[in-house]
Amino acid sequence: MHTILAKKQLSPNVTRLDLLAPRIAEIKKPGQFVIVRAKEGDERIPLTIADADPTQGTIALVIQAVGKATRELVALEVCDAIRDVAGPLGHPTELISSGRALCVGGGVGTAVVHPIAKALHAMGVHVTSVIGGRSREWVIFEEELAKCGDVIVCTDDGSYGRKGFVTDAAKEVLETGGVDIAYAVGPVPMMRAVANLTRPYNVHTIVSLNPVMVDGTGMCGGCRVDIGGETKFACVDGPEFDGHKVDFDLLADRLSTYREFEQRANACADGQCKIRR
Amino acid sequence: MQPTISAKERMQITRQAMPEQDAHERSGNFKEVNLGFSEQLALLEAQRCIQCKEAKCIKGCPVMVNIPRFIKCITDGDLAGAARSLFGDNALPSISGRVCPQEEQCEGSCIRGVKGQPVAIGYLERFVADWARTQGGVLDTTAPVPSGKKVAVIGAGPAGLTAAGELVKQGHDVTIYEALHKPGGVLVYGIPEFRLPKKIVAAEVDRLTKAGVKIECNVVIGRTYTIPELRAQFDALFIANGAGLPVFMNVPGENFKGVYAANEYLTRVNLMEAYDLPNTNTPVLIGKRVAVVGGGNVAMDAVRTAKRLGAEQAMIVYRRTKEEMPARVEEVHHAEHEGVDFQLLVAPLEVLGDDKRWVTGLKCNRMELGEPDASGRRKPQVIPGSEFVLECDVVVVAIGTKANPLLTATCPDLKLNKWGNIETDANGMTSIPGVFAGGDIVRGAATVILAMGDGKNAAKAINGYLEQA
Repeated sequence: MHTILAKKQLSPNVTRLDLLAPRIAEIKKPGQFVIVRAKEGDERIPLTIADADPTQGTIALVIQAVGKATRELVALEVCDAIRDVAGPLGHPTELISSGRALCVGGGVGTAVVHPIAKALHAMGVHVTSVIGGRSREWVIFEEELAKCGDVIVCTDDGSYGRKGFVTDAAKEVLETGGVDIAYAVGPVPMMRAVANLTRPYNVHTIVSLNPVMVDGTGMCGGCRVDIGGETKFACVDGPEFDGHKVDFDLLADRLSTYREFEQRANACADGQCKIRR
Repeated sequence: MQPTISAKERMQITRQAMPEQDAHERSGNFKEVNLGFSEQLALLEAQRCIQCKEAKCIKGCPVMVNIPRFIKCITDGDLAGAARSLFGDNALPSISGRVCPQEEQCEGSCIRGVKGQPVAIGYLERFVADWARTQGGVLDTTAPVPSGKKVAVIGAGPAGLTAAGELVKQGHDVTIYEALHKPGGVLVYGIPEFRLPKKIVAAEVDRLTKAGVKIECNVVIGRTYTIPELRAQFDALFIANGAGLPVFMNVPGENFKGVYAANEYLTRVNLMEAYDLPNTNTPVLIGKRVAVVGGGNVAMDAVRTAKRLGAEQAMIVYRRTKEEMPARVEEVHHAEHEGVDFQLLVAPLEVLGDDKRWVTGLKCNRMELGEPDASGRRKPQVIPGSEFVLECDVVVVAIGTKANPLLTATCPDLKLNKWGNIETDANGMTSIPGVFAGGDIVRGAATVILAMGDGKNAAKAINGYLEQA
């Protein structure tokens, strides 16, 4: 059991949980994830580790409550425990040790960008983070990323930072030159847009993919993604890949496989469904 | 004590059939198909055994169960004695009694099978194991003298559980590390409820933990800990982490929505309990027409699962004929009785999909059998111009697995073969002293009982190794 030591609401539907997982806290590297089940009978869900405190033995998970399993997770309170946490899974992020990095985070993906920016900064890389949200209340991890370098905040409605998409600000950073590598984590359309943006600049771009996953150890093959025409398993071959080679259309398509189930489960959870099934 | 019967009477008893759930009824539920022998049926069947002095059945068994001995106990009316004999040889008899391919092993060697039907050894094994479980208190549970040695087992599947059961009997301090959230391996994620109820696996696991085996779930060796890290903490290791990555057909359209590897399809339904939707949380696509590609036991499990989930048409797509199918005869028969459609001599070329990439069909070739290949089976050849489309909305690919590199990639000293499986010597020891391996990570994809045999043999070899150390 993994006791929750701290809980914080970061945006209207994004929650941070700091929970006990000493072994994972000790060895996890940026980019790695865990598979979590809040309680018996729940779905297994992959969540990237946003931060870790090895001395306290805790890891931080940043959860966007979209489906039944994630809603159950964020309903937990401090002192409650999470039943299953397996990991750290996946390959660590490919990092550079000097030069300049552009880190783009969208929505909850900003939390995944954070450990990458932190590791780059620790090695002496100049980090520029571009993060975004719909409006001010949706911007997360600004303070943490500010400790790792420059931060440019964008909001769709201009209520905070610059008005516009993260790609507009990212383009300006690329134009200044000297960017050695880019990292992009967020919704599929955002990652696709960033990959398309960096391509003409020949900037190597790493994206973190979030396909449907069951076991997370390579056994089920559900997290298949197409990387440069080759099928890869995101759990064991990724979850991070060369953004210029990812088939984002396929990823978006496969992510919609269970949409009907999800909508029904959410309707039931909201009490809108009178009859089960 | 039962009245003795003459040899002639013995030979006149015919093989007793396994009582089964009605085929039509069971194809709509996930309850166990085989209902098990009554005590009366078991006694009658046990009397068919002629108690060979040189019992070939024992040699046919990968875990060398002394079959005549436990059957003799049944005919003597000593079921407790039968249970002690059986459990002494085999750590998981209620599992092997259900899933072993007996026709190729013990029963395949039975002398009564030469003229007529072999003794139903598997059914008797299951009967005794189930009797002992429901009875309770039959088996010896005295704690052995602690050996002071620590052994780690990687994987709580059939090989790992068997090895742990044997090692704990010798007084070793045994810890199993399991990657998933529940112990059992393929017994809980792969083999469906209707063939092996999960409560049976849970009871066997419970018996092991009561005997002192510690099980730590959610520990992925190769990620959470590496083999060298474990080796530093334990006196010996047994690696039994299973088969791993599913193999796909490598045809266009295989990533469309609705195409599953059998591992994923079965894991969703079994381990994640999607068979109980909407009461559970992990979804699975319910196809109207489900095509399962392959001819092994996993393919049979998948297609019979599809039928139970409500498929109007559940199909096996196999490129050879029924004779060449690697699946157990009983599984093929059960599938036939349940209304599974066998598309034989058919090989998929491409998965077809609509504009939203949902599966709509399989483009296939018709095949014919040519000359025997290296495996001795007649090689299927394409019949030119035979292309056709098999309409379906779910495709399950059940054509095998390959070695999972997670563990081995973080232990470079471990010698592997060209397929990435771990190499072992005759005792099951790997290239690292004190590190043993068995089951599918050594064999590639094999059976539960062969994995159990590896577990038993490795436990014996580990004992020998620890005594010398």
